[in-house]
Amino acid sequence: MATTMAKALNTALADALAADDRVVVFGEDVGALGGVFRITDGLQARFGENRCFDTPLAEAGIVGFAVGMAMSGLRPVVEMQFDAFAYPAFEQIASHVAKLRNRTRGALSVPIVIRVPYAGGIGGVEHHCDSSEAYYAHTPGLKVVTPATVDDAYSLLREAIEDPDPVIFMEPKKLYFASAEASLPTRNEPFGRAVVRRPGRDATLVAYGPAVPVALEAAEAAREEGWDLEVVDVRTIVPFDDETITASVRRTGRCVVIQEAPGFAGVGAEIAARVQERCFHALHAPVLRVAGLDIPYPAPMLEHTHLPGVDRVLDAVARLQWDDQPDARWAAA
Amino acid sequence: MTTTPQAVRRASPRARRTVTPPDPARSLLPDAEPVRLLAESGTPLPARADYPEPPAEVLRELYRRMVLGRRFDTQATALTKQGRLAVYPSSRGQEACQVGAVLAVRDTDWVFPTYRESMALVARGIDPVEVLTLLRGDWHCGYDPTEVHTAPQCTPLATQCVHAAGLAYGEAYQGRDTVALAFIGDGATSEGDFHEGINFAAVFKAPVVYFVQNNKYAISVPLSRQTAAPSLAYKGVGYGVPSEQVDGNDPVAVLAVLTRAVAHARAGKGPFLVEAHTYRMEPHTNADDATRYRDGAEVDAWRDRDPVARLETYLRARGVLDDAAVAEIAEQAEAYAADLRTRMNEQPTVDPLSLFDHVYAEPTPQLIEQREQVRAELAAAHAEEGDA
Repeated sequence: MATTMAKALNTALADALAADDRVVVFGEDVGALGGVFRITDGLQARFGENRCFDTPLAEAGIVGFAVGMAMSGLRPVVEMQFDAFAYPAFEQIASHVAKLRNRTRGALSVPIVIRVPYAGGIGGVEHHCDSSEAYYAHTPGLKVVTPATVDDAYSLLREAIEDPDPVIFMEPKKLYFASAEASLPTRNEPFGRAVVRRPGRDATLVAYGPAVPVALEAAEAAREEGWDLEVVDVRTIVPFDDETITASVRRTGRCVVIQEAPGFAGVGAEIAARVQERCFHALHAPVLRVAGLDIPYPAPMLEHTHLPGVDRVLDAVARLQWDDQPDARWAAA
Repeated sequence: MTTTPQAVRRASPRARRTVTPPDPARSLLPDAEPVRLLAESGTPLPARADYPEPPAEVLRELYRRMVLGRRFDTQATALTKQGRLAVYPSSRGQEACQVGAVLAVRDTDWVFPTYRESMALVARGIDPVEVLTLLRGDWHCGYDPTEVHTAPQCTPLATQCVHAAGLAYGEAYQGRDTVALAFIGDGATSEGDFHEGINFAAVFKAPVVYFVQNNKYAISVPLSRQTAAPSLAYKGVGYGVPSEQVDGNDPVAVLAVLTRAVAHARAGKGPFLVEAHTYRMEPHTNADDATRYRDGAEVDAWRDRDPVARLETYLRARGVLDDAAVAEIAEQAEAYAADLRTRMNEQPTVDPLSLFDHVYAEPTPQLIEQREQVRAELAAAHAEEGDA
């Protein structure tokens, strides 16, 4: 049956609330309104105001409150309304959510899920389109997860809520209302497993979240150029699946990492470095990155210039030294 | 809009009333002066019906734990000078607050301390070596928070205020009558999380007592740079939270006020804010030089308001303490300090491989790789030592 990622996430929350009394859902506008993206639509009506409720408009408060509730034995799932609105909560996330288990040698854990609608491509005005995953991925103690498909959105969110560790659950906004066939409930590969979304022989495209459909589209377009590209969906940035990705690159010998966030010091840089460390002798070309520009997220009329699209991916693929010549871009230097 | 005759009839008698309805905000404000039950000399002040004096045996125990707490504090400072602790933030002078507050809660209640609450934690009965683990540096928290119902000592300022709200709400949600006691200092009331915490607690009627020890300085910055409010207790009214201010060097008053605040919270009436006026006799930590920002005369004036001496004078006058009892408690304190000294002089064992144990419930493949790397490094170092 065709459904959207938004509906899959909504179903996952409902099923988690039904399965475990300890699960509570809260945040800004998640109650009667059902969230600005309607991800919590109908939950308050079905499960009551104790299980799904609105809070004061204060993100550090929301996350800190969830920490305390987790200490009392509950399993809070909180919504940050938009990526950039989660920044006030960063101290709570970095200093407490990520560290409480370690600080107490495992005596306290923080099994909470922080849902963050992120990234652009929806014509949003400033502060509504940031790709903030690197901040979280750089913080030991957090798991960082981002779905790219409808059924994976369901599966990963259910697993996030059941996970004993805190999970930053990054939801690609531009995929919320894309529809796909999905049979819910479903359980896919567990955390820590990347998935090959499209097999190919000539090069590996590694992507996550909103960049996965771009990679798939680019792979389709590349067929006309005579390239057979493999697409790997990272799914869980932390824990990271070196095995699946390096196995793919060892087969293909070439790799492009795609992310929507600014490239400098991003998750893509980490992936490129790991692939290079582990697959050096299997590589026929340097690992390339296709990323957002190193600029603050642009105004809506300019976002198409910023976002990595199919053409930019194909340009990178073309630079993978198919003729065994150095990359012209760096040759001049 | 039309006005119905009924509405007019209902409205008119009210308009003729001469009695002004009570302003709900006024009932949230603290007394204009801090509550005080003992004069600085230790002589009792007129009793207050709203703050009944705790029973004599409780006051005797308060005194005993304050004496032990002070001895613990001076011992910890000495251990720091000997290099046994990385740093120690003393709470000398704040004994009435440190001990009075924890005596007001039950063992099953939760305490949310800051780094300055070491004395409060030992007064709560936590092993002093476990309390000092953070400052000795062998791990971040030495006690099991779930066993002693005490959060790890919080260093990021005011962040614990929100945890206390969440925990108290979660406990009530699950049908338990737990109260959360959150410690905070005067400087940290400027942090956003203090305000978010007290606001969340108020909106969700979470049973939390926010206890501000106003010791006049945030490291070097005086209270006048933190707030223009008449008192930090006034910060409650804006959130709909009742508050009180208390003489923080009057142990009887601190215990009486906290007891009432805890009862308020446990009765399901939501959070309560208490500001205690006290003074940090020592520098911020051993690494601080307090002479750069405050003068000795100010410190000397507070020496005369010593909370331990004040309570001792009162309890002797009431016949609760005599020379023998005071000597016995002093002896207990010496034995406590000697035991602490002995145990802290033992070099703790630390295991580098344990660094990977609690980052996640299960280590990630990357952490397993790094653990193997460290294991190999240790083995190589060990082999080298063997060769040499």
